[in-house]
Amino acid sequence: MQAFTDQNASAGRKKILFSRQLYENAVEKILLSCAITSILAVAVITLFIFYSGLPLILKVGFSNFVLNSTWRPMQGLFGILPMIIGSFMVTLGALLFAIPLALGGAIFLAEFSPRLIAQVLRPMIQLLAGIPSVIYGFWGLIVLVPFLRSYFGGSGFSALAGSLILAIMILPTIINISEDALRSIPKTYKEGSLALGATHWQTIKYILLPCARQGIITAIILGMGRAIGETMAIIMVTGNVPGMPGSFLDPVRTLTGNIVIEIGYAYGDHQQALFATGVVLFIFIMLLNIAINLRIRRRGTSDEAKI
Amino acid sequence: MKPKFEEVLFKTFCWITVLIVVLILAMIIGNVLTHGLNSINLEFLLESPRGMGKEGGIYSSIVATFYLILLSLLVATPIGVGASIFLTEYKRKGELLKMIRFTTESLAGIPSIIFGIFGFAFFVIYLRMGWSILSGGLTLALMILPTMIRTAEEAIIAVPNPYREGSLAMGATKWQTIVKVVLPSALPGIITGTILSIGRAVGESAAVILTAGSALGIPKSLVAPGRSMAVHMYVLSVEGISMEKAYGTGAVLIITIIIINFLTNFLTTRQRVKMFR
Repeated sequence: MQAFTDQNASAGRKKILFSRQLYENAVEKILLSCAITSILAVAVITLFIFYSGLPLILKVGFSNFVLNSTWRPMQGLFGILPMIIGSFMVTLGALLFAIPLALGGAIFLAEFSPRLIAQVLRPMIQLLAGIPSVIYGFWGLIVLVPFLRSYFGGSGFSALAGSLILAIMILPTIINISEDALRSIPKTYKEGSLALGATHWQTIKYILLPCARQGIITAIILGMGRAIGETMAIIMVTGNVPGMPGSFLDPVRTLTGNIVIEIGYAYGDHQQALFATGVVLFIFIMLLNIAINLRIRRRGTSDEAKI
Repeated sequence: MKPKFEEVLFKTFCWITVLIVVLILAMIIGNVLTHGLNSINLEFLLESPRGMGKEGGIYSSIVATFYLILLSLLVATPIGVGASIFLTEYKRKGELLKMIRFTTESLAGIPSIIFGIFGFAFFVIYLRMGWSILSGGLTLALMILPTMIRTAEEAIIAVPNPYREGSLAMGATKWQTIVKVVLPSALPGIITGTILSIGRAVGESAAVILTAGSALGIPKSLVAPGRSMAVHMYVLSVEGISMEKAYGTGAVLIITIIIINFLTNFLTTRQRVKMFR
């Protein structure tokens, strides 16, 4: 009798264990499906951007689409060269303004800054990164554009205005990552240089900056990615004229601006041309992303080799 | 003598760059707040816009923003936390993991306009959801997913191993351990991730205008369009409807962001203090 109940109990326990195992396995499957959402999302995004934009690119011809300088969607002329140039102008302009400022800031924070000032500065830079792009655009529209108008003439809506706003927006990215790169250099390098009688600036110039070069370049590429993809702030200050810009004081339209401004009322080929603009932008962004990933991976291995 | 001179010159340069950065921030925030704060009052916050936004408040935009954020969090939080549990507790290496890491990083690097046209092509047109809170919320969910995953992962990794071992030794299953022991101790970190995500979603405009539209009015259902605060500010200023109301909306946005930054800093320092104790 006793043996019988024991047997029964152990069979019951086995059943419980078995159902427990089933339950655990089901949970793992559910968690796995959560985890592959990122893979799925990137795949679907890539697929849909190309699916929506490729038909028009194939119809017009890739080189014609990218190298033609006339954008008259109503007449079926889809050339986005002015927008590509516009995007590159504001991005390069932004880097030109942002790099010296950001490097100065990063070196200051990593090397010179009194503790108290750093404690105030960090949240400020964090805030600078968190301010929504409409606010930057709005400030550009209200303050910067009129300022440029009164100093350089013209309308003030220009590639220069776009560059300046973008420069401000990418400052936090470049400052934070460059500072990390500077801080990750072993202290002994710096101590060795100072012990040899080099000044602080000589140490920074000959030891710290060359050692942090990889990280600083990554920071700049990240800033570039942010600049080329920025939309709302840029359309509020660049004027958005879809023609070839002659100088930095001319209004420009960027790839991102082209999409947002016209997608509300576009249909048919015109709408597809806007998706195709997205394809070109997407390719640029992916190239930058791949460059960053390769850099990080290479840096990782070279660091390991050093150890 | 010369190196000394160079040193002084360079230090001055660094101080000046930092001053410029601070000055820019002060100029932008100061400008928006000084002009915007006096138009913020209870009426501005609790009344719907009239005359395209020229009159009245921004109540409908606050509601639309709230719905968008709520929906995106409802979708992204479980998926993000689930993904981070899988990445930390179940699988620590392998090709699949590398793929997941790579795509999560890529997702974080995609600019909002790309999410916008994707949401427009996929949710709005292909799935026929139209310009709606639903399309906007789902698009935002994809955008905040990397932040959710990364912060939840960090929080879960920070849970000390003896906690898990104790629970497993008492006969709890892996999942019981995760639900009853790991997640409760990781909760503050997960909440920080949620707040960070709200910060990103609240200021988003490019993706939202393409997926949720810019129709004024309180969204009555999930499939109704809505105009978030950031989009409202954009429309008011670009179409020259009312700079005063745009300033007011901007001030509300900036105050929200300042509160969010303060909260996340507060939570993360508290966490760090706890960890070192």
